Amino acid sequence: MHIIVLIKQVPEMDKVLFDSEKGRIDRKSAGVEVNPFDLNALETAVAIKEQTGAEISVLSMGPNRAEEALKEAVARGADNAYLLSDQKFAGADTIATSASLAAAVETIGAYDLIIAGEMSVDGDTAQVGPQTAEFLNINHAAYVSELISLNESEITIKTSLWQANYSKSFSYPLLITVTKDINTPRLPSFKAKLKARKAEVKNLTLADIKEKLKIDKVGFKGSPTWVDNIVVPAEISRKTKVFSEEEKESAYHKIKEILIEKNLMED
Amino acid sequence: MAAKKELLILAEYSQNKIHPVVFELLNKGQKLAEKADLNLSVLLLLPKKIDFSELIAHGADKVYYMEDPVFANPDEFIYKENILSFLAKAQIEIVLTGATNFGRSLAPRIAAGLKTGLTADCTALDIDEAGNLIQIRPAFSENILAHIKSDSRPQMATIRYQEFKKGTADRSRQGEIIALETKIKDNPNLKDIKKLSDREINIAEADIIVAGGSGVKNGEDFKLLKELADLLGGQLAASRDVVDAGLIAKEYQVGYSGQRVKPKLYFAFGISGAPQHLAGMKEAETIVAVNTDPSAPIFNLADYGIVADLYQVIPELIEMLKN
Ligand SMILES: Cc1cc2nc3c(=O)[nH]c(=O)nc-3n(C[C@H](O)[C@H](O)[C@H](O)COP(=O)(O)OP(=O)(O)OC[C@H]3O[C@@H](n4cnc5c(N)ncnc54)[C@H](O)[C@@H]3O)c2cc1C
Ligand SMILES: Nc1ncnc2c1ncn2[C@@H]1O[C@H](COP(=O)(O)O)[C@@H](O)[C@H]1O
Repeated sequence: MHIIVLIKQVPEMDKVLFDSEKGRIDRKSAGVEVNPFDLNALETAVAIKEQTGAEISVLSMGPNRAEEALKEAVARGADNAYLLSDQKFAGADTIATSASLAAAVETIGAYDLIIAGEMSVDGDTAQVGPQTAEFLNINHAAYVSELISLNESEITIKTSLWQANYSKSFSYPLLITVTKDINTPRLPSFKAKLKARKAEVKNLTLADIKEKLKIDKVGFKGSPTWVDNIVVPAEISRKTKVFSEEEKESAYHKIKEILIEKNLMED
Repeated sequence: MAAKKELLILAEYSQNKIHPVVFELLNKGQKLAEKADLNLSVLLLLPKKIDFSELIAHGADKVYYMEDPVFANPDEFIYKENILSFLAKAQIEIVLTGATNFGRSLAPRIAAGLKTGLTADCTALDIDEAGNLIQIRPAFSENILAHIKSDSRPQMATIRYQEFKKGTADRSRQGEIIALETKIKDNPNLKDIKKLSDREINIAEADIIVAGGSGVKNGEDFKLLKELADLLGGQLAASRDVVDAGLIAKEYQVGYSGQRVKPKLYFAFGISGAPQHLAGMKEAETIVAVNTDPSAPIFNLADYGIVADLYQVIPELIEMLKN
């Protein structure tokens, strides 16, 4: 069994500073990390590997420094790492990204399962998974919160759709996107980290995947959407009335007033 | 004269009803369609035909539908195959759909199938002078609003539930109802699909929310918050930290990776006010925060703050409300 995990390197969103005048994050203000949801995707693959002896390849599209993210994935249990990197991929939206990733997947070779995170914390679209599945013309299941069962020919997952929980069983190939609920990623051991530093990351460029590509252009030129304008929303600043411990009673009165005012009191 | 092009709302029909986001989109869609000189249409895929007059009363000029038992289950592959076969022949300028889990899973497949642009989770929409759709979405932990445009057709967007208001029904409106053939009924790779359970908790629609964070020490203590919520006819909710700690189920989580809520009144008990939590509740009409730490960031957003122990405040509030 061969599993491909899609990994994105992202800015550390809880540390990164935001320049509200320029309307963009200051990328230098924080480091980069593996998209947190992708660690759940990788952990899912590693758990399957432990059960079945599957082989895990990780794939990322991004600049050269994304090699670090792939090496971390190797430390956490991946066997092969592929970095899809080319100047021409710059400025890609989700369509251009997914089409490029799909072409890279087909270039890597035969696979049974592709696992992506539910969303990336910087792109935040949750689109790349399902779109990659479409470019590959395979089934996908999004919002997977549990792997119910799995064998050489079939996989059963739990997903949340239509305000309900469903189980779905598929034959391979399949792409799934996983939520945080599926597992708790383990930390790599020190030894594994050391070994991963020497791991070989295979480079793929546009030329390597061109044959398999289903769109005419990649990167910004192959992207149907673009950001036309950026607006920094007015801070929702509220006038806060703070009550101290001693003023609790007046606070309760205020709450009662609000309930009456908003017609929220139960009769 | 060539027929007018269309703004199509892809409607989610689930749990034996049309998802309420569809009516919000009809209300907004009417204004957009007028501005861009388009007809407003709805496409539904459903296991059994229903009365579509509500859709027309709320603004639809045309209702397209496919009726087949296969649409009793959420199988994205079958849906997208059939929707793509319809879109290939239709004159559609804009496709809008609700950013429900199913919408967010299905819309990207359709966009990729058409190689057209798709913007996720829009909170506002407009039409520019040239008649193009402006897709507005928060980005970078809600720090900015990005205005996005597409140079491909149709222009596609998913829109968050409860961003737009449902309009009033006009029962004198006329509309066309058009049956479409379900072309693809089989998905050879899907071996089995079944519903396990309904998610009964729906915090997104509550008028009052009583939320607890790490200030709540254990799962048992959430009963205290539940008692207050019940007394107010409200809904219990939580921050991610207590969900992660296993004190309460994921369905209750408010925030960036949980539910977005817009209640009339939001109580935050023992919640510090991290940006990812605020992302889910900052649009509540009135926010009351109770926290022992006077410097907790939640006090910057709250309308009313009480610097006190939640374990004292909640019983006292319950006592007062009972009288
Ligand atoms: C990618 C990502 C996604 C995330 N998504 C979400 C999300 O969807 N939702 C979410 O909530 N968080 C989310 N987070 C986590 C978020 O950053 C915070 O860690 C989390 O919201 C903190 O939860 P808290 O306020 O309950 O806990 P804390 O930050 O620990 O705050 C607890 C507060 O309780 C107060 N307190 C303690 N005891 C008492 C008492 N007896 N009475 C009154 N007050 C008391 C303390 O003063 C403190 O302010 C996300 C983080 C990341 C990185
Ligand atoms: N550039 C990329 N390289 C590899 N995987 C990606 C990339 N962008 C997105 N993904 C995958 O797609 C998921 C959803 O991302 P997004 O659509 O940006 O929210 C992520 O969790 C990753 O698994």
